[in-house]
Amino acid sequence: MKILVALKRVVDYQVRVQVKPDGSGVAIDGVKMSINPFDEIALEEALRIRDAGKAEEVIAVTIGPQQAMQQLDSGLAMGANRGILVKTDKAIQPLTAARVLAQLVEKEQPGLVLLGKQAIDDDCNQTPQMLAALLDRPQATFASKVEIDGQSATVTREVDAGLETLSVDLPAVISTDLRLNTPRFIKLPDIMKAKSKPREVIELDSLGVESGDHLSYTRYEPPAQRQKGEMVADVPALVAALQAKGLI
Amino acid sequence: MAELASKLLSRRDLEFMLYEWLQVEALIAAPRHADHSRETFDAALDTSERIASELFAPLYQRCDQDEPQLQGDRVKVADGLKSALQAFAEAGFVAATKDYELGGMQLPTVVSHAGMAYFYAANISAAAYPLLSMANANLLLAHGSPAQIDAFVRPELEGRYYGTMCLSEPQAGSSLSDISTRADFDAESPLGAQYRVSGNKMWISAGDHELSENIVHLVLAKIPDENGRLIPGVKGISLLLVPKFLLNADGSRGERNDVSVAGLNHKMGYRGTVNCLLSFGEGRYQPGGKAGAVGYLIGPKHGGLACMFHMMNEARIGVGLAASALGYTGYLHALDYARNRPQGRALDAAGKDPTSPQRPIIEHADIKRMLLAQKAYAEGALALNLYCAHLLDQAELSESAEERQGLTLLLDILTPIAKSWPSQWCLAGNDLAIQVHGGYGYTRDYKVEQFYRDNRLNAIHEGTHGIQGLDLLGRKVTMAKGAALKLYAERVSATIARAETTPATSEHAAALSSALHRLLAVTQSLWSAGNPQLSLANASVYLEAFGHLTVAWIWLDQLCAIGAAQGDYYAGKRAAADYYYRYELPRIGPQLDLLEALDRTTLEMRDEWF
Ligand SMILES: Cc1cc2nc3c(=O)[nH]c(=O)nc-3n(C[C@H](O)[C@H](O)[C@H](O)COP(=O)(O)OP(=O)(O)OC[C@H]3O[C@@H](n4cnc5c(N)ncnc54)[C@H](O)[C@@H]3O)c2cc1C
Repeated sequence: MKILVALKRVVDYQVRVQVKPDGSGVAIDGVKMSINPFDEIALEEALRIRDAGKAEEVIAVTIGPQQAMQQLDSGLAMGANRGILVKTDKAIQPLTAARVLAQLVEKEQPGLVLLGKQAIDDDCNQTPQMLAALLDRPQATFASKVEIDGQSATVTREVDAGLETLSVDLPAVISTDLRLNTPRFIKLPDIMKAKSKPREVIELDSLGVESGDHLSYTRYEPPAQRQKGEMVADVPALVAALQAKGLI
Repeated sequence: MAELASKLLSRRDLEFMLYEWLQVEALIAAPRHADHSRETFDAALDTSERIASELFAPLYQRCDQDEPQLQGDRVKVADGLKSALQAFAEAGFVAATKDYELGGMQLPTVVSHAGMAYFYAANISAAAYPLLSMANANLLLAHGSPAQIDAFVRPELEGRYYGTMCLSEPQAGSSLSDISTRADFDAESPLGAQYRVSGNKMWISAGDHELSENIVHLVLAKIPDENGRLIPGVKGISLLLVPKFLLNADGSRGERNDVSVAGLNHKMGYRGTVNCLLSFGEGRYQPGGKAGAVGYLIGPKHGGLACMFHMMNEARIGVGLAASALGYTGYLHALDYARNRPQGRALDAAGKDPTSPQRPIIEHADIKRMLLAQKAYAEGALALNLYCAHLLDQAELSESAEERQGLTLLLDILTPIAKSWPSQWCLAGNDLAIQVHGGYGYTRDYKVEQFYRDNRLNAIHEGTHGIQGLDLLGRKVTMAKGAALKLYAERVSATIARAETTPATSEHAAALSSALHRLLAVTQSLWSAGNPQLSLANASVYLEAFGHLTVAWIWLDQLCAIGAAQGDYYAGKRAAADYYYRYELPRIGPQLDLLEALDRTTLEMRDEWF
């Protein structure tokens, strides 16, 4: 079995981004870029599945500018077998990403597609679901545990009510939540070993996917300043305070 | 104002130093580094930053609060330290610069040092374990036999064994010729000539713990001559490898050697690093049924100090780098605090309105003075240490023996400065970081007081400040008929020549040029006195003047690399260099006056007059 993992290049989670003064976007010039943390968890899971002998190959895919090759390099140094960069200088919206991934799935025929439940830049939480729909294959989102058993996968999901476990037939799309695993650190010798791993660059335009924007952004604003907190003595006081604010 | 991406170090600044100033990418031309590229260097730095911030930094205060404890004859260290250090080793950092064949990455030393700076900034007392192990392994790679390397270095590089350096004794710290640990010949062994070692070693960092499978002690001891007498002075000193556990024939861990902790030292800082008095051959264990700790001779008999200097020189640059990193992280903490602490109002008309909101303290000139000082010290110190690491790379890669010798001489003369200057001035920077925090800086709720306590060690160990001064003035400037000083002056002059031609730097170039000429003249007159005692009486003052001049040179050299580049980052560099040339470099004038006058105040002061 092959596993396809999608990695998105995003502003590093430790960077506190600032909205540009004119509200046209977020200032990201010169800030540190990394693999989207949820995608890193997806890659870690794929590597563990492969290393447990349940898959032969892990293919890391990223859609982005030439610089996204850095994130692909990191993915290969973590342990992916080969990498594909679908190159574009445009900001990619979820539906386009899902269409591109669907094409790669057609080509590579993986038994499993693993990707983060959302990217920490736009927090859309849409690509995995759209991809599953386009492929007409089962999906299991927000996974906190994944077990591969032959032709199916048992997935524990983090849902509002707690945990839900379901079984999906493979090939399937699984999106990962934070508690699934702790990704490994890259080892220095593996950075060198990764240099000889295959990397394929495909121009997005050459795929012929429909890539028009479906969402338009009007204005960016920083979140409102947090109001000063207030300590209350006990639970009844808390309830009273919430009621006074009309919150319950 | 932009949020700081990290309070450990500035990645932007590291990248400037490595790529724009030192141009380390040129090292890729050497066959040893041919597989590398900026991408692999950056990836190594990414991993350093990540492990340092995710595993080392969160333990910083715990390592301080949960001091090592002696429980029976076992030493317990802070929880979490073991796994952080294991992650460090597993990621390949101990072996980073070593051959692929040894599990290394063949990373240039300068890039490896830049990565290590993250660990020093994040948690110095945790990082001290690998610092010692790496220097220990390097000494053995240079002076050990193939069998010794296989038995001890490989496991060190894998992070399974940790190393120490055992020089000091209770009665012999600065004066190593007075050590009394002895080693008596026992037998020949597959691991080299085997001796029985007995004596006490004081202040041994990482001297005992259960963080690793075994501990490799490198011990200075005296081997008696044919008549059974210990040779006085440094000439009698030999170097022995004394493992905590002996090895079985198959290399596995065997019997306990007779090395034991006699007591722990309770320190002001660096508390995560166990520091102890170690007894060798005291009789608690009887390895092989005989008295004395088993030790294997490293290098030639009676040639131990020269071998040990291999480790000491590396450790000295490591100490300078650690002091720089502590200065750097202190500066970033102070900067972050100053941007977020509202207090007081401007001294202009707007500030007169008491109902107007208080302003962030970074707007006060005096706070900016303290931040500029810290920036000038920390960035100057880090740059100096990376410069030295780059010299190490160049010396190692050089194909011309003459060039290599020149680079080594330059490194020799810079080593006491690379060690002492950051230890003194980045400590001064940490002091200012506390000041910027006001009362909050004096509490343990903020890290700055711990930076200060931790950094205070660096002027003491690896040769005190005073000993570095004697080394510089008494040995380094005169050695090889002054060749090292000449090479140093040539480098500084080359920078001056570059800087003179640009209006933006010509003023600093003139100041540096006159300081250099004065320093050289003063050095000459100090050594013309014909009285070494008098010449060396103010060696520490000489060290400080030489150091301040050296960092002025490093700043000017960086300005040359910046050229006319624009933007906040470069404006900040220029402002820090201006600060240095206006507030710091002038300090050396009175110091050089005093030296030139061959001042006798300290020499003539008498014990009974105090
Ligand atoms: C936390 C810590 C960790 C250490 N780790 C190690 C370690 O791992 N391994 C190891 O071997 N050692 C270690 N040391 C020992 C350290 O290197 C010594 O403390 C140092 O060399 C000074 O020796 P001393 O303490 O005996 O002081 P002394 O040598 O007694 O010095 C006291 C003062 O006298 C001055 N002085 C001494 N001789 C002269 C002279 N000839 N001329 C002018 N001034 C002089 C010194 O500069 C100093 O100011 C460590 C020390 C500490 C505090």
